[in-house]
Amino acid sequence: MSEFDETTKTLNFDGPNSYIGRSVTRPNARRLAQGRGQFVDDIVLPRMVHVAYVRSPHAHARIVDIKTKKAGAMPGVVRIVTGAEIALVVKPYVGVLTHLQGMRSPPQYPLAVDVARWQGEPLVAVVAASRAEAEDAVEAVEVDYEELPAALDAERALDPSEPKIHKEFDSNLCFTRTVDTGGVDAAMKAAHLVVEDTIVFGRHTGVTMEPRAILADYNRADESMTVYHCGQSPHMMQGIIASRLSLDEHRVRIVARDVGGSFGIKIHTYGDEIAACALSLMLARPVKFAADRYESFLSDIHARDHRVRARLAVDRDGNMLALEIDDLTGVGPYSMFPRSSGVECNQILNLTGGPYKHKEYRAKGTVVFQNKNMMCQYRAVGHPIAIAVAEHMVDQAAAKLGIDPAEMRKKNLIPDDAYPCKSPSGMRFEALSHQQCMDKLLALMDYEGLRREQAELRKKGIHRGIGLSSFIEVTNPSPMFYGVGGARIAAQDGCTIKLDANGSIVAATGVTEQGQGTETIMAQIAATALGVEMSCVKVLTGDTDKVPYGGGTWASRAAGIGGEAVLQASLALKKNILEVGAVILKTSASELDIVDGKVVKKGTEQGLTLAELARICYYRGNELPVDFQPELVVTRHYRVKDYAFVFSNGAQGCSLEVDTDTGFVKLLKMWCVDDCGRVINPKLVDEQARGGIVQGIGGALYEQCLYDDRGQLLNATMADYLVPMAAEMPDIVCAHVETPTKTSMLGAKGAGEAGTGGAPGAIMNAVNDALRPLGAKVTSQPITPETVLRALGKVN
Amino acid sequence: MKAPRFAYARPASVTEALALLDKHRDDARVLAGGQSLVPMLNFRVAAPKVLVDINRIAALAGIKVTKSHVRIGALTRHVELERSLDVAKHLPLVATAMPYVAHPAIRNRGTFGGSCALADPAAELPACALALGATFVVAGKKGERRIAAVDFFQGLYATALKPSELLVAAEFPLPKPGYASAFGELARRHGDYAMVGVAVHGSTRGGQFSDLRVAFFGVGDRPQLAAHFARALEGQPTIAKSVESALAKLDADLAPRADLYSSAATKLHLAKVLAGRVTRQLVA
Amino acid sequence: MSAPAETVEISLTVNGEKVKRAVSVRLNLADFLRIELELTGTHVGCEHGVCGACTVRVDGEIVRGCLMFAAQADGCTVDTVEGLTDSREIEELQSAFVLTNALQCGFCTPGILMAAQALLRDLPNPSREQIREYLSGNYCRCTGYQAIVDAIEAVAKARQARGHR
Repeated sequence: MSEFDETTKTLNFDGPNSYIGRSVTRPNARRLAQGRGQFVDDIVLPRMVHVAYVRSPHAHARIVDIKTKKAGAMPGVVRIVTGAEIALVVKPYVGVLTHLQGMRSPPQYPLAVDVARWQGEPLVAVVAASRAEAEDAVEAVEVDYEELPAALDAERALDPSEPKIHKEFDSNLCFTRTVDTGGVDAAMKAAHLVVEDTIVFGRHTGVTMEPRAILADYNRADESMTVYHCGQSPHMMQGIIASRLSLDEHRVRIVARDVGGSFGIKIHTYGDEIAACALSLMLARPVKFAADRYESFLSDIHARDHRVRARLAVDRDGNMLALEIDDLTGVGPYSMFPRSSGVECNQILNLTGGPYKHKEYRAKGTVVFQNKNMMCQYRAVGHPIAIAVAEHMVDQAAAKLGIDPAEMRKKNLIPDDAYPCKSPSGMRFEALSHQQCMDKLLALMDYEGLRREQAELRKKGIHRGIGLSSFIEVTNPSPMFYGVGGARIAAQDGCTIKLDANGSIVAATGVTEQGQGTETIMAQIAATALGVEMSCVKVLTGDTDKVPYGGGTWASRAAGIGGEAVLQASLALKKNILEVGAVILKTSASELDIVDGKVVKKGTEQGLTLAELARICYYRGNELPVDFQPELVVTRHYRVKDYAFVFSNGAQGCSLEVDTDTGFVKLLKMWCVDDCGRVINPKLVDEQARGGIVQGIGGALYEQCLYDDRGQLLNATMADYLVPMAAEMPDIVCAHVETPTKTSMLGAKGAGEAGTGGAPGAIMNAVNDALRPLGAKVTSQPITPETVLRALGKVN
Repeated sequence: MKAPRFAYARPASVTEALALLDKHRDDARVLAGGQSLVPMLNFRVAAPKVLVDINRIAALAGIKVTKSHVRIGALTRHVELERSLDVAKHLPLVATAMPYVAHPAIRNRGTFGGSCALADPAAELPACALALGATFVVAGKKGERRIAAVDFFQGLYATALKPSELLVAAEFPLPKPGYASAFGELARRHGDYAMVGVAVHGSTRGGQFSDLRVAFFGVGDRPQLAAHFARALEGQPTIAKSVESALAKLDADLAPRADLYSSAATKLHLAKVLAGRVTRQLVA
Repeated sequence: MSAPAETVEISLTVNGEKVKRAVSVRLNLADFLRIELELTGTHVGCEHGVCGACTVRVDGEIVRGCLMFAAQADGCTVDTVEGLTDSREIEELQSAFVLTNALQCGFCTPGILMAAQALLRDLPNPSREQIREYLSGNYCRCTGYQAIVDAIEAVAKARQARGHR
């Protein structure tokens, strides 16, 4: 039976032979479970050398003098290169998106030249035969610094009295933007109640288990460079390395094999990585840079350092009328190239309050430069803040009016039949399911039961908290995200798929895998469309020499965009195969189908296997008509056209207990209902939700990059920076709602970030729910025991 | 984060080890479990010229029960303490504390002697030694000397050990009848160094607290006995109310320092809460 | 006894094979396995003993490969994830991990498998809470831990059902 309907041009995803919606295990998991991963640091090349960097110990300092003679004489040292020398070989880059109007950032070089602008900024490269010897020599490089006053307080960043980081700018302002529907003041005036609060989010970072690593191999003979990189966007990197190092782009090859976690951390342009490539160019031999954990903390991008003032106006019945926010964020001394450090703030302006029906909205965002580590996109970019702010304000209003938080949401969430519609900030929603998700969540968590239990336990002095959040999530971005702003980051993606000589299918895709299951779901899609078993499908990713030009994986685009390209390519290949089959079986293609790897006359078992068909095409063309040429390799591309982003949505719930004597918060259980459109692999979607939620828990309760008043990062170790560990994490129950997007045949939206976006809001609401009867409230994250004790007035 | 260069020696006996320490003095460091020292080397905050690996010195290992003591050799791995039936029977305080010490892989290498010689103020074992009134046995060129736990821990990572000395064992008196112990710590994540911890040992004979030793860790630059608190409890009936009434005395005993996540006030507050919860465990 | 030296000769058994090498004394065991013996299944995540990615087995007990010098492993028996795979000792765990998707990027996985195998030896019938506590020495940033707990719990139950010890 045919899965694909020619007339309606739709695929029956629910057919018996469909892999769509099945929780198949990942073919590449076995290899990883056996320790046969190929991470960058596992790769060894002939004559390979290692680089370590002298990094600024100061937040802001003039580099007066660098003496490298002593270091250069040390055992194993091959070459020492300063920032000024690297600047001769590498063009600087500017991390600005032109569609973020007014955004500015000065040109940045890979290594600091003249001035170091954050503690940890690399300034001298030491290349040696081993990493240990390079580090020995790093210690022997003598740098004279003249310490400069540092700009470290975002609230004061724009005061004329604050140190100005860049001479060429009149202030430390990087970007500012206001969104205004025009009626906020009037709505606030007329409102029955206006609630106000200021919420602070702690700067934190990704902590991928595999630190950043790059192995650049420049071949002087053919002026080509192969770069083994643990990045998410190989083609983007190809363009950057080629343009910055003045190499021909087609002679630069980026290979991303196994990546030990990325979450957006490994999608940015790091000076220490570009410098490693430049060193390979200079030395004409492979240069490996593998960051250690200390330098990861100092130089992996940080994120989520925001102070948000919010006001929410509601009427007597609790209907939301107007929302206003003022977001201040202090990034690094430069806006990160090429995606800019303004996107996180921009998302907050665009997305805060997105699930709700209020009509009036005003949002002001201010992004300022700071002499701290660079800041940029990290999983769920801006969403955790946008969602936590709105969800907090909704709960505050509900509490003041005596309305149950679940009721408050059901009253105010955009109805499921209201689509398509637009948010007050201008976001266009195709079709979301807030009400359905909330209903499903409340049933799943037994909300009423939890409330009853909470009431009972309160009598015994046990303080349980229940928190909810509703969220929207940006997925499947169109060129309106980056391309429109001048960044050479592909929003389209492609798939080249072929029927190989032995009858197997090989699909090369421009999206990439970092463990989320990209290769698996592409195989599921291809196998479904083609009518073959998944085990015959091989998926190629992560090599610019082997795959169509694509965007890689970010903003939860792989399933929706990469998947659609795979689907279209597979269907086109199937059409070509059926044409061959028609010729061989002497019938018409419309009479044929592919079932279980066999081209058969519909409804029968008569036909030939794909292996037999391929054999004829590849080796025995004499058996085919002279005017017929089989084409068994097909490429298709896909981009999102109808919307700037295809939003997904969902709801999360949290149950926890607050020890009001110690301030400790114990997570009991969490729930997530996510509508990511058509679900390709439910288990993988659940696991993205779980992993994402735990990262959200990190930001809500544990993680913070702590700076002192001299701009020194105080907790740059795994012992002092608190990443969630197994014992404190709850079990997380996941469920799905499916509203397929009509922007593609596949109908899939993204799912990788929703967990992280929605969790902090639900957790903070739960803590405040527990504390409310005690007259206490927390408005900052991470919520540490001290945060709770201070809120309770038990500690000053 | 590769360790800096050093020279490595692996003595086979205490005598050989002492000779090396005497020769190299401040240039040498003792390598036992390495679970604290090697991170310091990897971070390059320590760069000894000579590392003296004592892991193969058989005389330093072993748990021995005598008529009056439990003698724990310096090289006893944490996991051995965790699994020891003798420790469970005679030193239940230590047995209770062991699961809080880091994680299994760390406990398989980390040693009792290493933990006490390093004297991290947030470590469990030094506080247990203090609460149980242990005596440390230290070997030097001139022979052995014995130092009471209360005199051994002198400050932040500072002990009574001289540069050319080696901690060889600790002797824990066998607990007398009627004595009980309790242990607790507060940590953000299981296995982390304690935000605040307390090890309590004392007599509850006749329904009264007596001879109480309440050792805090994580609240000062060293493990410390809360003398005022203990004295306020001694002679009182072993009921919850006694404990609650005595908690205010901790203001006189403890002067905590702030750390990355807790102000001094928070630390003091947590110390009181924990002291109450743990000491109440001694209540019938 | 010889004077302190910067290189030593070591003899050890790695995954059942006798190995003899001259090593720099500052070379840690994880780097020795990865660089000298090209057993790259053991990963380096922090080099201060916290993350657990470098967990290997020495003389039958799990240790942090980054906190032990290769020089100290002289005369020892070392097992890495490759050895435990080839001997099929952790085959059941590996299958369970694949089934429950207890790994995503795979970087922490060899260390977690080492810890899981030790856990099941020490606690043949662990509760989920006990599994979580034991695993607290191993960081995972991808899975959120639940699927890992599911996998280990499943193997423990299967072994119990078969009357395994």
